[in-house]
Amino acid sequence: MILLVAAAALFGRVLPTWTLSLATIAASNALIALGIVILARTGNVSFGQGLFYAAGGYGVALIANAWGITDAVAQMLIGAICGGLLGLVIGPFIARYSGIFFGMLTLALSMVLYGALVKTTALGGSDGFNIGRPTLFGIVFTDTREADFMLYAVSVITTGLAGVAARILFRSELGLASLAVRENNLRVEYLGISSNWVITINFTIAAIFAGAAGAFALMAQRHIDPQFAYWTTSGEFVFVAVLAGYQSVAAVFVASLALELVRSFSNLYLPNTWQLVLGIFLLAVILFLPRGIGSLWIRQKRKRTYNPTLPPLAGQAQREAAQ
Amino acid sequence: MNFFLTIILDGLIQASWLFVVALGLTLVFGVLKILNIAHGSFYALGAYIAATTVTMVAAHNLPPSFGFLAMLVAVALIASAVGILLERGLLKLFYGRDEVVLLLVTYAVFLILEDATKLIWGVNPIYATQPYELFGSVEFAGLYYVGYDLMLIPLSAAIGLMVWFGLNRTITGKIVLAVIHNQEMSVSMGVRVNRVYAVAFGFGVLLASLGGALTAPKISMQPGLSSDVIILSFAIVVIGGLGSVEGAAVGAVLVGLARAASVHLMPQAELFMIYLIMAAVLMFRPEGLFKRETARRI
Repeated sequence: MILLVAAAALFGRVLPTWTLSLATIAASNALIALGIVILARTGNVSFGQGLFYAAGGYGVALIANAWGITDAVAQMLIGAICGGLLGLVIGPFIARYSGIFFGMLTLALSMVLYGALVKTTALGGSDGFNIGRPTLFGIVFTDTREADFMLYAVSVITTGLAGVAARILFRSELGLASLAVRENNLRVEYLGISSNWVITINFTIAAIFAGAAGAFALMAQRHIDPQFAYWTTSGEFVFVAVLAGYQSVAAVFVASLALELVRSFSNLYLPNTWQLVLGIFLLAVILFLPRGIGSLWIRQKRKRTYNPTLPPLAGQAQREAAQ
Repeated sequence: MNFFLTIILDGLIQASWLFVVALGLTLVFGVLKILNIAHGSFYALGAYIAATTVTMVAAHNLPPSFGFLAMLVAVALIASAVGILLERGLLKLFYGRDEVVLLLVTYAVFLILEDATKLIWGVNPIYATQPYELFGSVEFAGLYYVGYDLMLIPLSAAIGLMVWFGLNRTITGKIVLAVIHNQEMSVSMGVRVNRVYAVAFGFGVLLASLGGALTAPKISMQPGLSSDVIILSFAIVVIGGLGSVEGAAVGAVLVGLARAASVHLMPQAELFMIYLIMAAVLMFRPEGLFKRETARRI
């Protein structure tokens, strides 16, 4: 797994320049989608990850401008901390809700931040503002290709490490308790585990990932605006998570890359209709690959090593109906 | 005193069309258990169709009153057809799947309709102001109001009453209520649930588009219309309780008043106010104001 991450990072050396920033965005979107997958294991889908994405981005931009921090890793950590702190504040409050109410509340909170950001003229209102190019460990990159590669490598390695961490989490006590909460939170309470606490921890992890991804998006675009917190942005992250399916960590990255490729190609050949393409793509995936693109290669693997810790989320309704 | 009256009247005008849209959303959720993200797109669709009809009528030198009626009829016909086709052709394929999967299906429909409206009507603002002057202006306690705006309040109240009456006092309505209450039991009693689903979804789309048509003369139609409306109507139905007609009415009045008050008192806090109310309601009544607590399986 770690070798795979290192290989992916080095692969950036041979990639053409235009794909580097695309892959950086794909890696940061994959990081958020990974957070959504982690949270989805408790049975809750957040439609408002844009909240932490924007919190991370704006937090980094403000702190970087105030203290002159330009280091890419430091900015990523600041973004993760901003997202994580906000997640820790909101988590306990939101953990009481489930299903559609959970989704709508997270969406509502991200829209509150959006509304506040649009009206805050000190932060550039709806236009946002720009920041400078990031550095790494004191090295200043003057060549744009080198700078793009540095950012690509940092984001791919971060997402890869997050993926490794997620795999460990899935097998841990907390990860298994999360699945139990999804099946029946009351029974989990009877066993002496606080299901609200399980949801809060997973929610905070998802928020940390989203905050770090916000920092990457900021560094890649060197610009931030309230669109980070808009609900359609959050919708795209859920889209990546669904496209990936809830079974494989690698699938999240593949799905995110697929989305970015579809987006840039439809931008090129079908301008103004990429949402249409995206919508049809999403419908096709839900219809024909109900367990995500991960099921394309996981199915063979499952025959050999059956892994009971990663059942698909789809079909939960039938299981509930069958009970 | 006049100041408060302004806020209340503005709030009620806002509430009137928001109520019609939210009523559709809450009905669709009640019957199909789908939270329809594409609902805002149907609002936009209604507004665009209304604008086209009004412009066509005006081009033939027919009176604006005819334009007003023609736009309502055109929207009603097209919207209910679109709704029923969509339910039978697409949503039907996903029944029995997870709630969240259905949410994503409607999100995909939202994305498709968003670009479809752009392809049909373009990205430049469209206006349909002719019916707006239809009802003149009215002086009310020293304030001047556009008659059209004031007319919206009784009109939407009438729509709400009709829906309430239709649901509670007619056989068809009782059948719909039965499906809302317990779908399996209705099937075993011989109710054609599929037909109820199609009709309910069509009616929900109709209400959303009607809300769009009624506001069309007041606003300029441009891309982005749908996502603002869906956010507002979500807040309304969550405040009132998903699936409740009375809840939609109370939620719409609360949201309308909150919007009007924040526009007059502190414009920065407009969205914030609405979600503050929503969060406050959910804090004390997690299922919304008008939803009875249901027993759950342990």
